[in-house]
Amino acid sequence: MGIFKKRVNEFPTSYTCARAMREGGKETKLSMLVMGLGNMVHGQFVKGFLFLAIEVAYVVFMIVNGAGFLAMLPSLGSVPQEEIWDEAQQIYVYTKGDQSILILLYGVATILLTLLMVYAWRGSLKSAYKAECLAKAGKHVNSFVEDVKSLFDENLQKLLMTPPMFFIGAFTILPLIFMICMAFTNYSKIDNHLMLFDWVGLDNFKALFDSSSILGSTFWSVLGWTLVWAFFATFSNYIAGMIISLMINRKGTRAKGFWRFCFVLSCAVPMFVSLLIMRTMLQPEGAINVLLRNLGFIAADQSLPFFTDPTWARVTVIVINIWVGVPYTLLQLTGVLQNIQEELYEAARVDGANAVQIFFKITLPYMLYVTTPYLITTFTGNVNNFNVIYLLSGGDPVTDLSSTAGKTDLLVTWLYKLTIDKQYYNIGAVIGILTFVILAAGALITYRNSKSYKEEGGF
Amino acid sequence: MKKEKMHSAKTKRFINNTIVHTVLGILAVVWVFPIVWVILTSFRAEKGSYVSTFLPQSCTLDNYIKLFTDTTILDFPKMFTNTLVIAIFSCILSTFYVLAASYCLSRLRFKMRKPYMNMAMILGLFPGFMSMIAVYFILKALGMTEGNLIKVALVLVYSGGAALGFQIAKGFFDTIPFAVDEAALLDGCTRWQIFTKITLPLSKPIVIYTTLTAFMGLWLDFIFAKVICRANSDQYTIAIGLWKMLEKEYIDSWYTCFAAGAVLISIPIAALFLYMQRYYVDGLSGAVKG
Repeated sequence: MGIFKKRVNEFPTSYTCARAMREGGKETKLSMLVMGLGNMVHGQFVKGFLFLAIEVAYVVFMIVNGAGFLAMLPSLGSVPQEEIWDEAQQIYVYTKGDQSILILLYGVATILLTLLMVYAWRGSLKSAYKAECLAKAGKHVNSFVEDVKSLFDENLQKLLMTPPMFFIGAFTILPLIFMICMAFTNYSKIDNHLMLFDWVGLDNFKALFDSSSILGSTFWSVLGWTLVWAFFATFSNYIAGMIISLMINRKGTRAKGFWRFCFVLSCAVPMFVSLLIMRTMLQPEGAINVLLRNLGFIAADQSLPFFTDPTWARVTVIVINIWVGVPYTLLQLTGVLQNIQEELYEAARVDGANAVQIFFKITLPYMLYVTTPYLITTFTGNVNNFNVIYLLSGGDPVTDLSSTAGKTDLLVTWLYKLTIDKQYYNIGAVIGILTFVILAAGALITYRNSKSYKEEGGF
Repeated sequence: MKKEKMHSAKTKRFINNTIVHTVLGILAVVWVFPIVWVILTSFRAEKGSYVSTFLPQSCTLDNYIKLFTDTTILDFPKMFTNTLVIAIFSCILSTFYVLAASYCLSRLRFKMRKPYMNMAMILGLFPGFMSMIAVYFILKALGMTEGNLIKVALVLVYSGGAALGFQIAKGFFDTIPFAVDEAALLDGCTRWQIFTKITLPLSKPIVIYTTLTAFMGLWLDFIFAKVICRANSDQYTIAIGLWKMLEKEYIDSWYTCFAAGAVLISIPIAALFLYMQRYYVDGLSGAVKG
């Protein structure tokens, strides 16, 4: 179905690793062992030397540290930290025990380095083979200066993409792999596994799926609320934003700029500030309740339970999210809305359709058709919408004291509570993985059925 | 007969217009109301977090003065300079990453292009905090979680993933005709020269947009900063500071100062935002249309 479509190599090259091993000369084959040898033989001294330096650096690192890190990885360390009485100083000192978390981190980093090394090794082999072929054919072999120059021209992507890739690797991919590994360990405060922990396989997943335990039932209820929240948060914003945008841009409306300014003003205030403001306004003694009391809508000692009653709290966060999100939707959708051809509307009006019919039969279908990718991104963003929930309600109210999540907790805020507050790192990691799986499955299905995928085929 | 119909259509339009304007008026009040309330609170003379009157009884500038002079517990000026320094450096780095990556993905054809775009989409599906703890451990292993190195760490972390958000800039670069590049290549330009001398000057709006979003990002985010700074209060950014002011132990004496601080940082952000609003719309509608 397209997923397993045979890959067509768009960038054919005759200098592949397999051919280098099969058909390469002596020096090329030797550069499988001594990286860069082939380049040096054919006059590319600096390049060859750089390859050699990479190899030497890697080997030295592996002998000094890397091998040790890898060897510790299966056991994750076993020496506990101990308290020993120091006679000389008359105090208790702590011996340096194994720290599983560091062992895991260094282990994962070493594996990533090894993968990079394999990449460099393949690069050196290909480069040696290419130099050999060119020299045999009597063609010009690039000097180092020419290689550097090509970095600014036909190989510009290597120059421009390497620094971003390096930092993505270090600060996004490495941490992610590291956290995924944690999901398979017992790294948590339970049974005091914060210093030393072990691999436990799929036990954490089993615990979370077991709906008879507290953890399991919490998981299912949080998951349910997360999906409900994401659905309502996405579509309430989408439709409200569209209606307001249509109202502002319709022919009869005066002072379009002024209305737009009113709405955009609230999105110019930093989001966390407006959320914190909203939270304080909605407290039992906050501005909204005071205002309602002063106006006489509720009794002087009463207050509306915005964040203390589960249903109220859930509705409140969705409504506040409309307040926060609509200005952005307004900005993003106005341009697309104005792309709808005026003839369509006119034809509908001639046929006697009213504004509501026009909206549901023309505007909405058209918009859904064009903005599917936008909707998917927004839905994903809402499932992972940490700020709104954490800053507004903090997941409260907690009705069931034995569970670790409140009634408005999303998977992400629960993840945050479990890792930062409770230090159940392993369960937190499992929740992260499951969130990803749900989102990935949803995104994949909708992308593949959407017009934008079929036309662009980029993803 | 005909005249009557005309007349009724006119009244109908008038009624419609009135309804729309009333609804817009109510909505506009709802949207502007909290902002007005914060500004009022920031000038409120009565102390304490919750008061029984909605409008302040007397006005004062003390809250703003306290914010800049009372540096014993929460050092606002220090937080401000911290945030400014970090924002400037991470803005430079992430602008470079984003523009470089977008240019490559839009203009150059290479083997890793599609894998990179797919990878960016997949990474976007993971919850951001999942890796946050791990990032902290990595920074700790590198010894960057103490003293002034925290600033470096924050710069690296904030700019690190920037190149994954290439979509908007790429969407913009895609709209520049390829013929321009081809003409330049024929004239003997290298691709680097095309990037710096043709593409970038042609895409001023998106360069400004990228720079400003990168610059603003740090003023708005506080979760990452909080996890990395932990208890090092001399390295706090403004966002953590404002959040701290609403914590139980500070809220009573700092509440009105929080409002003042919120107003102060909202002014530059709002100005930047209103300025770059049009680029925002252009960039996004370009990206949505594919």
